[in-house]
Order: sequence, then C-alpha cells, then structure tokens
Amino acid sequence: MLVHSRTGRAASWALFAVLFVPLFAVPLLVILAASFSTHWSGAFPSGPTAGHYTAAVRGESLQALTTSLVTAAAASALALTLGTWAALAAAALRGRGRRLLDALFVLPLAVPSVVVGLAVLVAFSRPPILLNGTRWIVILAHTVLVTAFAHQSVSAAIRRLDPMYEQAAAGLGARPWYVLLRVKLPLLLPSLGAAAGLCFALSMGELSATMMLYPPDWMPLPVLVFTATDRGSLFTGSALAVVLMATTLLVLLAVSRIRTKATYR
Amino acid sequence: MASATTSTAAPARPAAARRERSRTVPGWVWALPPVAVLGLVFLYPLGLVVQESLAPGAYASVFASASFRDALLTTVWLALGATVGCLVLGFVLALIVAFVPFPGAKAVSRFIDVFLSFPSFLITLALLFVYGTVGMANGLWTGATGAAEGPFHFLTTPWGVLLAEITYFTPFVMRPLLAAFSQLDTAQLEVASSLGARPARIVRRVILPEALPALAAGGSLVLVMCLNEFGIVLFTGAKGVTTLPMLVYSKAILESDYAAACVVAVVNVAISVGLYGLYRVVSKRAGA
Repeated sequence: MLVHSRTGRAASWALFAVLFVPLFAVPLLVILAASFSTHWSGAFPSGPTAGHYTAAVRGESLQALTTSLVTAAAASALALTLGTWAALAAAALRGRGRRLLDALFVLPLAVPSVVVGLAVLVAFSRPPILLNGTRWIVILAHTVLVTAFAHQSVSAAIRRLDPMYEQAAAGLGARPWYVLLRVKLPLLLPSLGAAAGLCFALSMGELSATMMLYPPDWMPLPVLVFTATDRGSLFTGSALAVVLMATTLLVLLAVSRIRTKATYR
Repeated sequence: MASATTSTAAPARPAAARRERSRTVPGWVWALPPVAVLGLVFLYPLGLVVQESLAPGAYASVFASASFRDALLTTVWLALGATVGCLVLGFVLALIVAFVPFPGAKAVSRFIDVFLSFPSFLITLALLFVYGTVGMANGLWTGATGAAEGPFHFLTTPWGVLLAEITYFTPFVMRPLLAAFSQLDTAQLEVASSLGARPARIVRRVILPEALPALAAGGSLVLVMCLNEFGIVLFTGAKGVTTLPMLVYSKAILESDYAAACVVAVVNVAISVGLYGLYRVVSKRAGA
C-alpha cells in the first residue's frame, strides 16, 4: 500500500477513473451504443434499432465474416506449425545458430505490416508463383504476420519447460520422435493453445497488409468495416466492428477452455 | 530421423547407439524447412522490394519530394509523442492498479488483456463518435451553448491520430509494468514510508528505478508499433496526416507507383528494424 491516508487513496482512485474511463472504457461502449442506433446528434445516440445487426449477419457482411474466420483459422494453423517447428529446431541448437534462427523469425514483427503486404504483393504478382487476385495471397500475408507471434510465445514456453521430463524419457530409451510427440508437445499444449488464440485474434483484426492485397471476392471483415465507415455509414460500421470483436472474444474463450482442460488432464 | 539410421553403432548398448544415431543428423538440418518457408514467403519478397527500390532515380525523386519529407517528419514526431504519452499514462495507471489497489483492480488488468486483442482502428472509429463533427462532445457543447457547431475539430489533424495512438498503445506499456510491479518487494515501500518518505518520494526513489527496465522495454515496443501503425491513420481519413506506412499504401495502391512505394518501404523498414533491434537489446537487459 503506497498511499495510507484515506483522502489520498480516494484522490488516486479518482485520478484513475478520470484517466481510465474516458480513454479505454468509453470507446468500446460508444461503439456498442452506436451499433444499436440510427442517429448521434447530441450527447447520446438516438433512434434505437437492431437493423444494423440483421444486415450484418447476411449477404456481403456474412460472407466477410466467414472470409475472416477462414483466413484467421488457416493463417493461425500454418503459423503455429511453422513457428513451433522453428522454435523446437532453435531449442536444439546452441550459440550462434539459435540466435540467428530466433532473430530471423522475430524479424516480421519489426517490419511494418503494410510493407509485408507490399512485399508479398510484389513477389507473388510475378512468375514463378502467381497468387495475386486469389484468396491465397491474403492467407499467406496473414501467416507471415502472425508467425513471429507464434514463434515468440512457443519458444518462451520451451525455455520454461523442465528438461528433466525429456531427459527422463530419453534415458528410458524413448526415441526422439516419441519424446517429441508424447512428452514435449503435450507439455507445450497449453502454450500452443494460447499462441493459437493470439494468432487468431491478430489475424481477425488485420487491416494494414490486407488493404494492400485483398481480391474483390475475398474481403475480410476489417476491410468491410473500413469501406462502410469510409462512405459515411458509421453505424453499420460499428455493428460490423461489434460482430468482429464478439467473434474474436468467443474464439479466444473457446481456446482458453481447451487450454484449461489440457492443463488438468 | 529413422531414414538416417546406420548399423555402425554397437548393438550391445542400445541407449548409446541411439545417441550416436541422433548425432548423424545434426540439429541444423531440422531448422532448414522452416527457414526455407520463411525465406520464400518473407525474405524473398522483402529482397524484391529492395531490388525494386533500386530502380534508377527512384531514391533521388522520392527524397526530393516534399510529401516524403513531411511524412517522415510526421511519422517520427507522432511516434515519439505517442510513446511519451503512453509511458506517462501507463506508468500512472499501473502505479494505481498495483499499489493503491481497489475492488475490481484484477478486472482492470483482465480488461487490458482483452483490449490488446482488438484491432487498432476500432479506437479511431470510437473517437469519431466522441469527438467527430456530429459526435458526443460537440453535441454536448452545441446543446449547452446554442452555438452552431462545437469546438472539437482536432480528429482530422495529427492530434487526433496522437490521441488514438496513446489510447491504443498504453496497455502495451501497462502490461510489462504490472508484471514488474508484482515482483517488487512491498516491504521496501513499507520501510520507506515508515521512515517518513512521502508517496511522491517513494515513487521517485524506490519504484521508478525498479520500473525503468520495464518502461524501457514497453516504450521501445510502442515506439516501433507507432512507427508502423496504419489502421488508425487510415480510419482518421485525414488528408493532412500522412505517415510512412500511409505513403507506402497510397503510392502503391492509389498511384500504382511501385518504385516509389518500395523506396518509402525500405526507409520505413530501416527505421523500424533498427529501433526493434534496440528494443531487443534493452528488453534482454531488462529481463536479466
């Protein structure tokens, strides 16, 4: 306890409320309120309606939602495989090789997403691999962007892993494959779940690289939110944004439930 | 690994033989497939961007253009301003959550984790309703004073972007700070306060030195992320605010000038990767 006087405590809580509520709580509430209204000309929104939601779950919007879900699931699965493999391979190396591999897989974090989009667009609009205009270019860009996050969280988990288990298994004569499949991966399962959730959330909200390369028939939800707001339909845009947030949270919740099950088995 | 089995090992000692066998395939071979994939989908495209940027005259014409110099300046000062803002705000908020706990402080830190999983452009979208021309703040003002329009027009200026970036990135500073604070021995605070130190002095002399590594790590991460931020600027829709990522987008997609876009991209990557390297060094030191 840093502040002992009652007035001092009250003052610091008041300061917290004054800073926290308008900056962090209000924006989310505002989007939620706007998604249920048709006008916002005074202090509060007016014209309550659920119409934006009925529009948000059919036609173009529903297609954008499924596009986002498919893209995020595919990109997370690919990124998790790639990132976990790299993290396991790096853990088996020492010294310079490990540092090089880690640095290589962290690099996409530092490169702006727009530049990743541009690079993928430039590289796959020409032979030998032509992907421009297909859905695969979007999935590929998302995979590149989230692989670094998967790699980082899995390699942090590997560092925390007690080496006793695999040494015991190997000492009892288990082959490396068996140690990997039956000892290491089950122990890493909670972290893999967390990493998958993180990748999924990031991919669901990805806008920068997607704006550079989405084809007309593969338009993820964030792009639709942008086009709605850009042409002035702020209320439709907020309903779509709420759908986006709710879907992300639901998937994160489901992933965290899998995680707890794995922890206690 | 089974394909690499050899029969040279002595069959009498299976464990030793197995160890011998696993040595026949060195560890770096297993690192090759992921590196090859990353090379194809990330390093090769990045290399092509660099190659494209080397088109004759591309650098000279981009560096000579006023829009590039403006964008560079705007990007850097916005990122620096947002970082300072996030550090100050994040430090104050984390301080209160950690050391003046209130009912619901746990919920606040969970809220921060959730906040981090939302895309950044939602903040700009929300600010349009709060401070936009027909938003909440202006509506309150015109309702109270009867004026024709409200006083808040900063959303389409760099200040609007700055506010949105501070809002969105402050949780990225708070999280490492809260982790650092949870490891701080509270006995130090009790001793300092029983020796007569006032809260301000305790913060300055006890808490701040402990928090410096976390502040440095969080601050440099936020700096890099601000330099690379695109969604917030795009949603603001301000013609006057152009940052480097925005310039890459508009050159490539709106003007189809790929050489110029690649030059701007190379400059942006150089700045961010340099700063990110610094962040890795700082956070390694903070973690030690």
